[in-house]
Amino acid sequence: MADINKKKIVLPLAPNEEFGSVKHLNTKKIKLPHGIPGHNLTEIEREVSADEPPALAVNDQLSVVGKRTKRIDAIYKVTGAAKYTSDIQLPGMLYGKFLRSPHPHAKIKSIDVSAAERHRGVHAVHILSVEPGGAVQRDNGHDAPAETYHVDKLPVLRYVGQPIAGVAAISDKVAREAVQLIKVEYETLPFVVDLDEAMKKGAPLVFEEKVEQQQTGGDVGGEAGAGQQGNLRGPSIGSFYGGPRGDVDQGFNESDIVVEGEFRTQVQTHCALETHGIVADWQTNMLTIYASTQSTKSVRNDLAELFDLPLSKVRVITEYMGGGFGAKFGAGHFGVMAVVLSKKSGHPVKLMLDRKEEQTTAGNRPNSQQMLKIGVKKDGTLQAIDLTSYGTAGIGLGAGVGRVAQDMYTCSNFRMAQYDVFTHAGPGAAFRAPGNVQGCFALEQLIDEIAEKLNLDPLAYRDKIDQSEIRKVERKKGAEKFGWKRKQPGSDSGVVKKGIGVAQGHWPRIIHVDSSATVRINKGGSVEIMSGVQDIGTGTKTILAQVVAEELGLKAEDITVKIGDTTYPDGPGSGGSVTAGSITPAARNAAYQAKMQLLGQVAGGWQVEIADLDMEKGEIFAKSDTSKRMSFVDATKKMRTNQIMATASRPDDYGGFEVGNAIGYDRLGSVQFAEVSVDTETGVIKVDRVVAAHSCGRPLNPLQIESQINGGVIMGVGYALYEDRIMDKETGYMVNANLDQYKLPYSKEIPHIENIIIEQYGAHSSTDASGIGEPANVATAAAIANAVYNAIGVRIYELPMTPDKVLAALQVI
Amino acid sequence: MNNKSSNEEKKAVSRRSFLKGAGVTTASTVAMSAGLLSFKAPETAPKRPPVLGPGDTEVRLEVNGQQESVWVEPRTTLAEALRDHLHLTGTKVVCDRGSCSACTVWLNDKPVCSCMTLAVDAEGSKVTTVEGLADGDTLHPVQEAFIEYDAAMCGYCTPGMVMSCAGLLKRNANPNLDDVKAATSGNLCRCGTYPKVFEATLAAAKKM
Ligand code: FES
Ligand code: FES
Repeated sequence: MADINKKKIVLPLAPNEEFGSVKHLNTKKIKLPHGIPGHNLTEIEREVSADEPPALAVNDQLSVVGKRTKRIDAIYKVTGAAKYTSDIQLPGMLYGKFLRSPHPHAKIKSIDVSAAERHRGVHAVHILSVEPGGAVQRDNGHDAPAETYHVDKLPVLRYVGQPIAGVAAISDKVAREAVQLIKVEYETLPFVVDLDEAMKKGAPLVFEEKVEQQQTGGDVGGEAGAGQQGNLRGPSIGSFYGGPRGDVDQGFNESDIVVEGEFRTQVQTHCALETHGIVADWQTNMLTIYASTQSTKSVRNDLAELFDLPLSKVRVITEYMGGGFGAKFGAGHFGVMAVVLSKKSGHPVKLMLDRKEEQTTAGNRPNSQQMLKIGVKKDGTLQAIDLTSYGTAGIGLGAGVGRVAQDMYTCSNFRMAQYDVFTHAGPGAAFRAPGNVQGCFALEQLIDEIAEKLNLDPLAYRDKIDQSEIRKVERKKGAEKFGWKRKQPGSDSGVVKKGIGVAQGHWPRIIHVDSSATVRINKGGSVEIMSGVQDIGTGTKTILAQVVAEELGLKAEDITVKIGDTTYPDGPGSGGSVTAGSITPAARNAAYQAKMQLLGQVAGGWQVEIADLDMEKGEIFAKSDTSKRMSFVDATKKMRTNQIMATASRPDDYGGFEVGNAIGYDRLGSVQFAEVSVDTETGVIKVDRVVAAHSCGRPLNPLQIESQINGGVIMGVGYALYEDRIMDKETGYMVNANLDQYKLPYSKEIPHIENIIIEQYGAHSSTDASGIGEPANVATAAAIANAVYNAIGVRIYELPMTPDKVLAALQVI
Repeated sequence: MNNKSSNEEKKAVSRRSFLKGAGVTTASTVAMSAGLLSFKAPETAPKRPPVLGPGDTEVRLEVNGQQESVWVEPRTTLAEALRDHLHLTGTKVVCDRGSCSACTVWLNDKPVCSCMTLAVDAEGSKVTTVEGLADGDTLHPVQEAFIEYDAAMCGYCTPGMVMSCAGLLKRNANPNLDDVKAATSGNLCRCGTYPKVFEATLAAAKKM
């Protein structure tokens, strides 16, 4: 094993070091549905690789895809049979536990683990000196071999909860006891946990040197090589959608109306029900890992690199996982520790974070302070947008506020400067539509202000400035369902005032071409699909079964889905709403190629052309001669081999990519409407109703999509009204590191939610599907904020909109 | 205690009595400082539970209709006894402090948080976990409805949700939406299955 403490942190390959687009040996032209049914549906011709399946018709002509289909693994979830990482018990398994920093900023003067090592039931102790997940100083001096404990080379402690050492023992309780026996002498240093304080001159520095951050596929990480001054790093002035545009100052000069505001959003924690954690089983021939992760391959890749193992010698399994929401990528500090402890002790080691560790060390949505200014012409045309933002991801990077101001509306003069601010707090992580949720809260309130200044209805104004065809349809259908009729702001009489509001969101269509699947047809008719992709609760298993079933003329429940294991071909990481759009075309293509092999054998037997054969409703038949017909099961019994199989990978989008190898054309649009009641005496806001109109390309399973949208809305309600990580400025501790004082929406806070799912065909792939996780969460807080304004006639610029802020806005307190 | 010598028994009794006298109520503190502490327990004193631990203690439970016996430290929670000792991992521990209800099981047919219940306090009780809710191969109507209405996403809160909702239907065969919300008001679901949980539970009630 290489000494992990000596490992250099390697930044990911710059895009230009990988190959670009792909050439095909043979191509063909196919016509695919394009547009929105009932609005502008047409057909478009695309030249695609010759081994692509034929175009899939629109949903109402299909039998499995697009139909409300029960989750195929639900039965295991409702009976308790589903085994999550936290449920894994292996023979001889030990339990790992961390010693964590009790100080927000300190150096370790001495550390003595001997009493912990001697404690009965303890098998291994290890001192950690590099923490994955946070920013890392360039030229850091973290290369002391852990075993000799050169205290001067140990990492500086930069937040309360930073891991210092780990223990593996025969039970969780014994491990906890041993951790308490580790004696550490600290030299405490000045610290800062508050965003505004950290930006002041002379504030305690989090990093003395320049830092970079290793990326783990979670769409987080400041721009490489950005400037750094004090605790301030940046600015980022562009995104994958480009840099500044036009002349912003001139744009403002030419504007008739200029609106501006300062918006603030809080730190939100992910609160997945299953905490981060790993079971590591180090054997000489294979390192086997059970991980609660959103990306099996990211865990494998991290561990292979850190421990100098070939990718083939690390196996990562995620059969069921209890939620991630962006924070569960890579091996994590707990993963690295579990592997070290397993190696040292010769036993499997389980290391699941407890709830407090989860809240303080495992990621969060960074806060933000956003200064947004927009200039428009008298007719409402956007003239200039200027955005400056600051946010803190603690010791990590990635506190930007996304691309909504840059990309949602067309505006030829645009400029932004987004800064990361370091504080002595746990690292941020990607969190469901990173940045865009924060950015949307500011942008969509300001757009409403402009509409009001122009004396236009907020929907009518968006009809004017929004180029998106899908959001146009969403606004129309949403308004109908919602019964959009807006009173004058603050005009509701009585103590409890009602109001309505709308906001829009958008999210890029991101594709990971590194997404593959194998489909196997067995003698006797059983069919399997296998991929490393994991189902994080979004329903990936079910949509894979649907896509394969559709291709083979079977039912979803006929397909056995084996995923979440790096033994199978790599799947995409599940973050950024990439999964459905990335893996389902690979699945369909593999099913199609396996089907062609089977039909080839049948065609040989029946002496017909393959093209004359098709599969439907569990049968194989010749289109030219209906007497030639055989059940799928019988046909497989006549296969010349026991199995037929094919593996396929996600090809490039049929029409190519808009940016690089990953950003597709078309955005995933959303429009959400909210109705709220605001008690002007207590300041309590209640969200009564939400109508959420969404698109995700071809909807594969509306039942699951509804669930995803509900989930995004509910998370948005929590973000808007309740959730807030509270740091004590005096001690640097998170004071609500639990699930009761960290307020979340429970059953009584759930609004009545109605969904509208709009089919949108873009002819991008063999399934033309996209994800829905992020879009579902982008617009909710902004829609609620606009509804609150409509109710009480005063705007609230800061999240969460707690009673004190409402009463302050009403000038009652 | 039957096979203990009378000497041992006496020691045990006096130790218990002392512990009683040293209780932290104001009255006993006053009594102690006034030198009035009596080491003899009054005849009418309620029976005190035996002092257990720190070693393992046997706890007998009826779990999902099965007689079980586990040896656990007295500090072991019912959730830990079920998960770590009986390998019934359907019950989940999420907050370990009574704020999420993921660990809900039925104790003598009433939903409780198994993370807030000591295993020793469940001695002799009937425990029903999510694994024991179905009747053989026939799922409980709430389980059926959860599948039908997509009320389980990641599924980690689901065992607790199912036990809360099935518990409601046991007490109230004809609940309305507010009853379901009240019954699940302690259940955290971060995936946001609540609307589907409400639908499913109301539908299950209709079917039962
Ligand atoms: S785990 Fe028992 S209530 Fe949360
Ligand atoms: S289904 Fe994931 S937490 Fe409820």
